[in-house]
Amino acid sequence: MGNYLIRRLLIAVPSLLGISIVIFTILALAPGDPFSDLATNPSIPPAVRMALRAKFGLDDPVMVRYLRWLVAMLQGDWGFSLVSRVDVDTLIWQALPSTLYVIGLSQVLALIVALPVGILSAMRPYSIFDQIANTFAFIGFSLPTFFTGLLFILAFSIKLHWLPFVYQAELPYHGWQWLWEQFKQSIMPIMVLGLFQGASWTRYVRASVLDVIQLDYVTTARAKGLRERVVILKHVVRNALIPVVTLVALQIPAIFGGAIVTEQIFRVPGIGSLLINSILANDTPVIMAVTFVFSCLVILFNLIADLLYGWLDPRIAFR
Amino acid sequence: MAGSTLASPSAEPLDGRLGKQVTPAQEAWRRFRRHKLAVLSCFILLLMGLGVILGPTLWPVAINDIDFSARLAEPSLAHPFGTDDLGQDLLARMIYGGRISLAVGLAAMMVSVIVGTLVGAISGVARGSVDAALMWLTDLFLSLPQLPLLLLVIYLFRDTLKEWVGPEGGIFVLIVVVIGGFRWMPVARLVRAQFLSLREKEFVEAARALGASTPHQVIHHILPNALGPVIVAGTIDVANAIIAESTLSFLGLGFPPDIPTWGRLLYDAKDYLDTSPHWALFPGAAIFLAVLAINFIGDGLRDVLDPRRVL
Repeated sequence: MGNYLIRRLLIAVPSLLGISIVIFTILALAPGDPFSDLATNPSIPPAVRMALRAKFGLDDPVMVRYLRWLVAMLQGDWGFSLVSRVDVDTLIWQALPSTLYVIGLSQVLALIVALPVGILSAMRPYSIFDQIANTFAFIGFSLPTFFTGLLFILAFSIKLHWLPFVYQAELPYHGWQWLWEQFKQSIMPIMVLGLFQGASWTRYVRASVLDVIQLDYVTTARAKGLRERVVILKHVVRNALIPVVTLVALQIPAIFGGAIVTEQIFRVPGIGSLLINSILANDTPVIMAVTFVFSCLVILFNLIADLLYGWLDPRIAFR
Repeated sequence: MAGSTLASPSAEPLDGRLGKQVTPAQEAWRRFRRHKLAVLSCFILLLMGLGVILGPTLWPVAINDIDFSARLAEPSLAHPFGTDDLGQDLLARMIYGGRISLAVGLAAMMVSVIVGTLVGAISGVARGSVDAALMWLTDLFLSLPQLPLLLLVIYLFRDTLKEWVGPEGGIFVLIVVVIGGFRWMPVARLVRAQFLSLREKEFVEAARALGASTPHQVIHHILPNALGPVIVAGTIDVANAIIAESTLSFLGLGFPPDIPTWGRLLYDAKDYLDTSPHWALFPGAAIFLAVLAINFIGDGLRDVLDPRRVL
């Protein structure tokens, strides 16, 4: 397993490099010049502008600029926010915990929904339960997160007054009350994100369990008198989860996309809303850094998916 | 036909004897019809399509008629979907916005299917190092964080394109290209997998033995047989592209306020949720219905085009 981990880590490096190249290319191709407002300012002579450009290395070849940018990113020197007047990494470290908390719990919720529903649907395909579950799954992943979010706010905050619709990072409570308020304010963002993911995962789980459940070894397990529970949980599900993990890994970028929307609706102070706010405020250093952090997170979660893969199917780890 | 000799005494002309002849299209329709929800979805989508195309003639209200006396009005006979904070008629705005939303979905699907088919076909035909490089690129794109990059690209290129093609055309082209450009990967993988298996099939081998050039094999034999899953993926892509465009507009970074796409309407409505929920509910429901219908149609098409997965 350790060997496998190292191999996967080594594979993650080129993809991180690839992503950094993509981001940098977009930035380099983009029109506009950080010193454009200096150009229109009559009190600054062109010579000073040229000197500034030379000082920041804007006239260097693209490769040199890319390498310099990459080294700076890797060293944690992510620049200075033009709007908030703080270092970019401080901003990101403040915002990251909220994002990870909401995403993490929503994925747990998605699993709690998708696994049992998918397995039960596959055990009795085309039964009433299966059809209802299937219809709900379709509705679930056809409802865009921004609309579900608004519907939840409308129902639970505005009509019923049960839940607050603005998320606060620092709640002014302690002890049990803090826990309760935290639970109340995070339930809506987590539900929105988790149910959306859970709906599509339900279909993956169902399809995959359906494929496995008709294999001969499952019949053998039943024939030797194992209880249905043991057959399903120990023999079927573990193998059925392998393709599910692949599909889930492919969806990770979409999960982060959903997180941006949810954070924006519920004003969760995570890196998603940091990204939107800095785009609206033209704060380029923060935008670049947050995009890079999102890429790193995607790679990290892909790595976790790979490790899960190795755990579910030990043959993969030894290959 | 007098004088024509039949191959054997018992052989008769076939037509009219086997009862009803079933063409592939009829067979496909028979299978598609079994998916009741897909048929219903076709109907709903057709209605929506007709609605946004014929809507302006049936409901000739200007989308930017400001009427402060009817500010935030609830749905009524004068305004079937109510009005927004400037008293603009929501039905008219939704008809106009629906055109853009559905057009973006279709156009972005075209971009992703064309790019994906090209990449998949090239790597399926070429194999070797070209294939490896293209698949590496596909995997790389699959692990890009799409929404952040979409936002980044739009943030950086918005103003230039506006100067080139005008405000509406510019942002339309940008959004279509960018959404399509980040969604071609599944199609590329599908097409490549199809190509790899089809090119070893006997009928392709026969064509090769008859001296067909590679482009001929691809265009006449491999591609038509690889299209089934691509059509299914393309259908689902329309739904995803509609969601992507609405998401961008909902975040305030898509179309400008004077182009009321459904997502943009939601963005404008979200601050008035407590007093006039109808403003958010109608465009939201429209997005949901369109996406749900397209997803169901995709599911029905899968039953038709992917026989292995039939009920």
